[in-house]
Amino acid sequence: MVQGMLTVALTFYGISICISVFRIIIGPSLPDRIVALDMIGVMLVSSIAIVSVMLTTTAFLEVILILAILAFISTIAFSKYIERGVILEYRRDD
Amino acid sequence: MKINNVILRTVAKLVFFIILTLAVYLFFAGHNSPGGGFSGGLVLASALVLLFIVFDIETIQKGLPIDFKLVAAFGAFLSVGTGFGALIFGDNFLTQAFDYFNVPFFGEIELTTVTIFEGGVALVVVGVVVTILLSISEDE
Repeated sequence: MVQGMLTVALTFYGISICISVFRIIIGPSLPDRIVALDMIGVMLVSSIAIVSVMLTTTAFLEVILILAILAFISTIAFSKYIERGVILEYRRDD
Repeated sequence: MKINNVILRTVAKLVFFIILTLAVYLFFAGHNSPGGGFSGGLVLASALVLLFIVFDIETIQKGLPIDFKLVAAFGAFLSVGTGFGALIFGDNFLTQAFDYFNVPFFGEIELTTVTIFEGGVALVVVGVVVTILLSISEDE
């Protein structure tokens, strides 16, 4: 029962990731693509959590933490690129 | 146009220490579970990259006056130095030793020379990643 529910959840996460990849490819503007990338990051974290429940192991928890940190930093970097046009600036002017 | 990013700066100051904690955990988990010097150094470098993105390079270099090229060179020296340290005791190059010690308040812990080697690897990774990112950034 629980295994079936987890499998169905993994399947829906796969479908959602495919839809987000579609949005990244055809996305009309840059913010659409960034939101889709952030969605893919969050859904990957959830999928890894479900896989670690299915396999009853705690070996993937570091992977979840590192993936969440990288998704956070990459979203900040893309947002700063949209707003300022530069990611690492030498001196900020505000 | 003035950009208001006080939320981002406040969150980044908090998240920086969370990432540092994860980096130290990954560094010391390296023997029997995933982790080690390389991935710990990468997470440490990503914490520094977060600071460089949220603030600017000048502020961070004023508050953290470290030449990261020297950090990378010192790490490589430390890693190779532990390899040559084994030659002094008559063993092969890069032979690692470990032993169990009784430390008060912690009980029996395992101390190895692999940890020094991994520390050198972590310093090399941090120095090289931050040097590359500062080199490709906008310079004046």
